[in-house]
Amino acid sequence: MPPSLPSLLSLEGATVRFGGRPVLDAVGLEVAEHEIVCVLGPSGSGKSTLLRAVAGLQPLDAGRVLLDGRDQTGVPAHRREVGLMFQDHQLFPQRDVAGNVAFGPRMHGASKAEQADRVRELLELVGLPGAARRSVAALSGGEQQRVALARALAPRPRLLMLDEPLGQLDRSLRERLVVELRELFGRLGTTVLAVTHDQGEAFALADRVVVMRDGRIAQQGTPLEVWQRPADAFVARFLGFDNVAGATVTGTVADTPWGKLPVPEGAPQGSRTVLVRPAGVRLVAAGTGLPGTVTARTFRGTHVAVHVQPGGAPRLEAACALRDAPGVGDAVGVEFDAAEIVVLG
Amino acid sequence: MAVPVAFFAVFFAYPVAAIVARGLKDDSGWHLGRIAEVVTAADVRHVLWFTTWQALASTALTLLVALPGAYVFARLDFPGKQVLRAVVTVPFVLPTVVVGTAFLALVGRGGLLDELWGVRLDTTVWAILLAHVFFNYAVVVRTVGGLWSQLDPRQEEAARMLGASPAAAWRRVTLPALGPAVAAAALMVFLFTFTSFGVVQILGGPTFSTLEVEIYRQTSQVFDLATAAVLTLVQFAAVAVILAVHAWTVRRRETALKLVDAAATARRPRGAGQRALLAGVLATVAVLILLPLAVLVQRSLDGGLGYYRALTHEDGGAFLVPPVDAIGNSLRYALAATAIAVLIGSLAAAALARRDAGRLVRGFDALLMLPLGVSAVTVGFGFLIALDEPPLDLRSSWLLVPLAQALVGVPFVVRTMLPVLRAVDARLREAAAVLGASPWRVWREVDLPLVRRALAVAAGFAFAVSLGEFGATVFIARPDNPTLPVAVARLLGRPGELNYGQAMALSTILMIVCAVALLVLEKLRTDRTGEL
Repeated sequence: MPPSLPSLLSLEGATVRFGGRPVLDAVGLEVAEHEIVCVLGPSGSGKSTLLRAVAGLQPLDAGRVLLDGRDQTGVPAHRREVGLMFQDHQLFPQRDVAGNVAFGPRMHGASKAEQADRVRELLELVGLPGAARRSVAALSGGEQQRVALARALAPRPRLLMLDEPLGQLDRSLRERLVVELRELFGRLGTTVLAVTHDQGEAFALADRVVVMRDGRIAQQGTPLEVWQRPADAFVARFLGFDNVAGATVTGTVADTPWGKLPVPEGAPQGSRTVLVRPAGVRLVAAGTGLPGTVTARTFRGTHVAVHVQPGGAPRLEAACALRDAPGVGDAVGVEFDAAEIVVLG
Repeated sequence: MAVPVAFFAVFFAYPVAAIVARGLKDDSGWHLGRIAEVVTAADVRHVLWFTTWQALASTALTLLVALPGAYVFARLDFPGKQVLRAVVTVPFVLPTVVVGTAFLALVGRGGLLDELWGVRLDTTVWAILLAHVFFNYAVVVRTVGGLWSQLDPRQEEAARMLGASPAAAWRRVTLPALGPAVAAAALMVFLFTFTSFGVVQILGGPTFSTLEVEIYRQTSQVFDLATAAVLTLVQFAAVAVILAVHAWTVRRRETALKLVDAAATARRPRGAGQRALLAGVLATVAVLILLPLAVLVQRSLDGGLGYYRALTHEDGGAFLVPPVDAIGNSLRYALAATAIAVLIGSLAAAALARRDAGRLVRGFDALLMLPLGVSAVTVGFGFLIALDEPPLDLRSSWLLVPLAQALVGVPFVVRTMLPVLRAVDARLREAAAVLGASPWRVWREVDLPLVRRALAVAAGFAFAVSLGEFGATVFIARPDNPTLPVAVARLLGRPGELNYGQAMALSTILMIVCAVALLVLEKLRTDRTGEL
């Protein structure tokens, strides 16, 4: 985060325990104004609790939440002026679309005319003009998501938080909406803190990604940084990389279960974890390189993921062009490409 | 939370404590030895045993008869359903004295069954049990059916898809969801029958006597306040145990239910099974509820409209005003009592429904039920001797009657509202809070719209019990301002066919007032749910 921008949200040692077990464990996090931060983690990593703590729905057992530099301890949820879009939207079933969107402004004392203006403006913004009088029960999943977004934005929150914003939508809709959201937040200058378990969503949406594990922050950085240099084996595996193993690095050579692998110059030395991206696993004719047998192949659209089982070493995933991919049961040789190998930590 | 607590402290705990003290304490101090003396007496032990087993039998019988009714009213759609739902609630608001008299006219000496087949039940316990079922049918239908109609039928469908038979799906999915409501209904029925007064007084004869009847006899006939005080304490202890058990079972079963609009869950009956069930329930209602009411009306019309005309005259004997004035009094008192009960009950239910409610608050849940179990006679008499000096001299205030009636109304409001409030998804409240709604506005904007139906039902119950309340009102209603049940009882208490006929006529009017009020309520309910 560039130091020139003031922090809109700061968490200092935020801790929440459920029955003695820490769900948030001394988490420190800064979110700058106009920044989009995505918290990424498997279920149970504490990311939803993080949002609830910021919203004031979950009291902290230790630590502080600061908004605009002001301590929020003791400030109830309805006075924090943060927006939260719930995982399953939680639209009010007894109100129509306009009633849901107008709820926030109404709670803040807006006049009927102001409420109506705001509803029209926001429904326009989320691409649902004219839906004001529709019942929320009659909306499709995507429409509900848009109404929930409009409702969360309506009271002009200082910080908008999204809990698995696109979780229940189908893939093509999700991919379209994530682009729309990023474009929309950029245009409005909204500060966003989102949580998701889908790395594609996080990378597409965020300026900065925070990976959580067991209530702690495992890594944070730009999507590119995190993708290129996962901090540890957990982050690498969570991002979908399976070719991870312990190694001893000496110079430009790493001694791994798969044999001696070339690593880039300047890699950290000593006992480390190495990650081999699937693109760095090249399959060649049997007889050269590390011998192995193809156990599975999965069509991935742009390439084929081929699983190879070497003798006496962990399984490897290789990315192959469709026409080169060997069949299941074929004996192959494996070679490695130094440019696609990362020494972690 | 503070308001309901204060209300119960001043208008319940204080009067009851005052009357117990009056019985067990004199200038030389407390006489606690009386407790042991009274409790070990053989006749008291006999009363206690009868009170318990007849209450258990009545509860089981009521559930058996009324649960199919709850299903039919919740899930089946048939013409006249709204009217019928109001009709089955009418018995509940009739003064117990009138219920007893109606059953006497049906199954007693010279009654309808006696005339037709020579069958008499008034010397057996069956008359009491049947009257209790008649009286409490609506409790089960409304409490259980209200929730049942809002359960999502797709839950059962999901179980069916997983291989459960219709019976298994019902037993494993619907029944557990209904559990708290069934428990609440069973508890209410048990409490009512355990503390049954008017019905047993009339149908029990000298053979059968419940605790409440015995307390009344000791207070107003034998004037043995000490024995009455001990019996009050015994009843109090028994009720406390029942409530503790109930609180324990309910807490074990609390679950967040998925509630849907009731209008969407009712279907026209399909198949022979459902039609047979509907026919069975309609037949039960006809025999068990319509027949006694019909006998009541028929008796009131024995002399043409003569008994009704007599109601408008001052007879200078039992009343200072024409008996017909009692209608206005009753409505006014009942409306005030309903307002008080709904306000106090909603505040209490909202406090109890909070997920972070502590042990202390949950304990209050059980305390709120106590007025149902404590002898109404005791409460009424307690009001008179406790609230008679400044700063709380309410003897001359008309509010005294609604306050006593609200006391028995509050538990209904709480019991009806609580299961629904607890079933409201907590995240909806959180969504409202994050959008800037204060806790009070969250309640008004999120909870209230979702629980309006329950609130209407609760208000209906409170109104009904206020209209029919007799045990306490008879002590505190002023002679020139009698309520309908009090007027009926006074008329029944006097000899002569004219008085009996007038009592029947006034009971019929009370029945019609209740039916109309309940129909309005039913109408209100459907109008409001149209918003959902």
